[in-house]
Amino acid sequence: MIAQLIFAVMFGTGIFFFSKRVAFIRRNINMGRDIDLSDRKAERWKTMARVAVGQSKMVTRPVAGILHILVYVGFVIINLEMMEIVIDGFLGTHRIFSSIGPIYGILIAAFEFLALGVLVACVVFLLRRNLIGLARFKSKEMGGWPSLDANIILVTEILLMFAFLSMNAADSIAISRELEHYMGMANLEGAFPISQYFVLLYSGLNDVGLIFAERGFWWFHIAGVLAFLVYIPYSKHFHILLAFPNTYYSNLDESGRLDNMAAVKKEVDLMMDPTADPYATPPPSADGGEPEAPPCFGVKDGADLTWKQIMESYSCTECGRCTSVCPANLTGKVLSPRKIMMDCRDRMDDIGENRDSNGGEFKDDGKMLVGDYVSEEEIWACTSCQACVEACPININPMGIILDMRRSLIMEDSKSPDPITTMFNNIENNGAPWAFPAASRGDWIRD
Amino acid sequence: MNTFKVPTMAEMTAEGKSPEVLFWVGCAGSFDDRAKSITKAIARILHHAKVDFAVLGAEESCTGDPAKRAGNEFLFQMQAAQNIAVLNGYGIKKIVTGCPHCFNVMKNEYPELGGDYKVMHHSQFIASLISEGKLTLADDHPFKGRRITFHDPCYLGRGNGEYEAPRSVIEALDAELVEMRNCKSKGLCCGAGGAQMFKEAEKGDKEINDKRTEDAIATSATIVATGCPFCNTMMTDGVKSAEKTGSIDVKDIAEMIATAANILPE
Repeated sequence: MIAQLIFAVMFGTGIFFFSKRVAFIRRNINMGRDIDLSDRKAERWKTMARVAVGQSKMVTRPVAGILHILVYVGFVIINLEMMEIVIDGFLGTHRIFSSIGPIYGILIAAFEFLALGVLVACVVFLLRRNLIGLARFKSKEMGGWPSLDANIILVTEILLMFAFLSMNAADSIAISRELEHYMGMANLEGAFPISQYFVLLYSGLNDVGLIFAERGFWWFHIAGVLAFLVYIPYSKHFHILLAFPNTYYSNLDESGRLDNMAAVKKEVDLMMDPTADPYATPPPSADGGEPEAPPCFGVKDGADLTWKQIMESYSCTECGRCTSVCPANLTGKVLSPRKIMMDCRDRMDDIGENRDSNGGEFKDDGKMLVGDYVSEEEIWACTSCQACVEACPININPMGIILDMRRSLIMEDSKSPDPITTMFNNIENNGAPWAFPAASRGDWIRD
Repeated sequence: MNTFKVPTMAEMTAEGKSPEVLFWVGCAGSFDDRAKSITKAIARILHHAKVDFAVLGAEESCTGDPAKRAGNEFLFQMQAAQNIAVLNGYGIKKIVTGCPHCFNVMKNEYPELGGDYKVMHHSQFIASLISEGKLTLADDHPFKGRRITFHDPCYLGRGNGEYEAPRSVIEALDAELVEMRNCKSKGLCCGAGGAQMFKEAEKGDKEINDKRTEDAIATSATIVATGCPFCNTMMTDGVKSAEKTGSIDVKDIAEMIATAANILPE
């Protein structure tokens, strides 16, 4: 009874802190600019099924891709076993589903294989990160917390899988010794194909020690899972949830297409309209109140991002595939598309905390996403080649954010490198980025 | 152009004609000396294949692409509005262009601003001319059996998913097509996109075009084929700085086809 109570408190605490953090991220995402992505639903579901559920872009790099699928499938399916563990915890039962028939043994055996897969994949991932030292895990932005975060996730998963298999091993010994509470377990024939090799670790224990071990691993496992649940939304690991909505809301247009800013179109239409009165008072806002303030162009701070871009920043798991194909990054420039995503997320975290500690209203903290997190040097190094967009396994578009930042630099601050200003002037004056007279455009015909 | 005159839309309209295809030349194709020879090759090909076409001449203006990618949406939309007014004024339905940036902008960004045309990159148009039998190549041309690698322009390939048309054109040359380490959707940029063409690169340890040229050199191809005047400039510079000028040529697929069809003036 006390065990059930402790379990209920633990479970409730885990869910509470998880939900609290998720609500925080949700508020942050909702601070973003509106963008209508409610169209083409069938195509969106298909994209999500292919890219997130089907992991289609992960396997373009086969080693990481296949290992990731092991962890992903293992994680999703082993969660079925979590249902039993949670019910057992609340009811004080032991393996409550074991009465469903021989399928139970098969399921547990399947979970064990999957657990082994997760364990092996996580060990390889740890080696890749820390020993082999792939370039994309050694970039500047990966120092400190991001690397620690990745290692915490991998070690936790290894510990959880080890506890799960150890629990089964101890359980199978207890069953064979016909200990109280472990008797009469039907349908466990052949259920322990992996944990049978863990039996040696615990077979030397006496009965009390064995029960202690089995219960210990059970509690360690569930406590670990709940702690991990709380950890996930503080971590890059949140991608396991956000990858799904993020791919649902993927950009479905050609990746070469850049949006035409509606606010600019309005201005251009006015300029082109000979009947327009440039001195007219702006129309009242939709609710009849004060005229709406003119929009600011592009992205200067976190809340200038669209909600989708903020969602992307929280979906990013810092794998660095974008950075590893970025031509600017490959040639030693400071730009790293992954860092752009991390900066957006860090800025939104800061804005969110500021907002929540000031009664729901963000108070100016003297910082800006562009300038304090992302430098102009990074923004101007982009060639808009879309390699980062193509490489992202969950369809994040770092390039879109970089170009939106340029829009703010140009249209809000008129800040551009000199040659870019010259290029603008040339286009305005003679319709070409170079200073050739417009009238000579057709001269090649006569050459 | 001594053997025929490229007609302009204005001239054609004055004669009461409305050509089927507008050849959109683009800024590089109009003003850059190297790119002008690509423009002339395309015009020759269109003429040779008896395509009913014209150019805008002095009425053409920058699509606004470099302004847009550099963050100046105002300038882009002003250019777009101006071009769309001209294009719609002439009742243009179909556009062929030698520049993937113009191609992308007019195909993907102009429709929403009122300019809806069927836009084709010259590699797509040439590929269709070849498959329709409207373009015959000489039996004996200098590209037969040559080792050629194709550098994907970002805004043709990744940007619009067109990887096959330029390759089919190279295959029509009966050449040996070899791929670089990173090609098609993984193709590395030449370094010119996103308005980089018009400024110095940020500080780094290498130029992007030099890196891409290394990929090309590694294939031991003797020709780097391009489909974009900016890629052409960047790769030509890359070959130069790798001191391979003379052993590796950088050529647009239109130039190769025009040479192989024997339609360039001596």
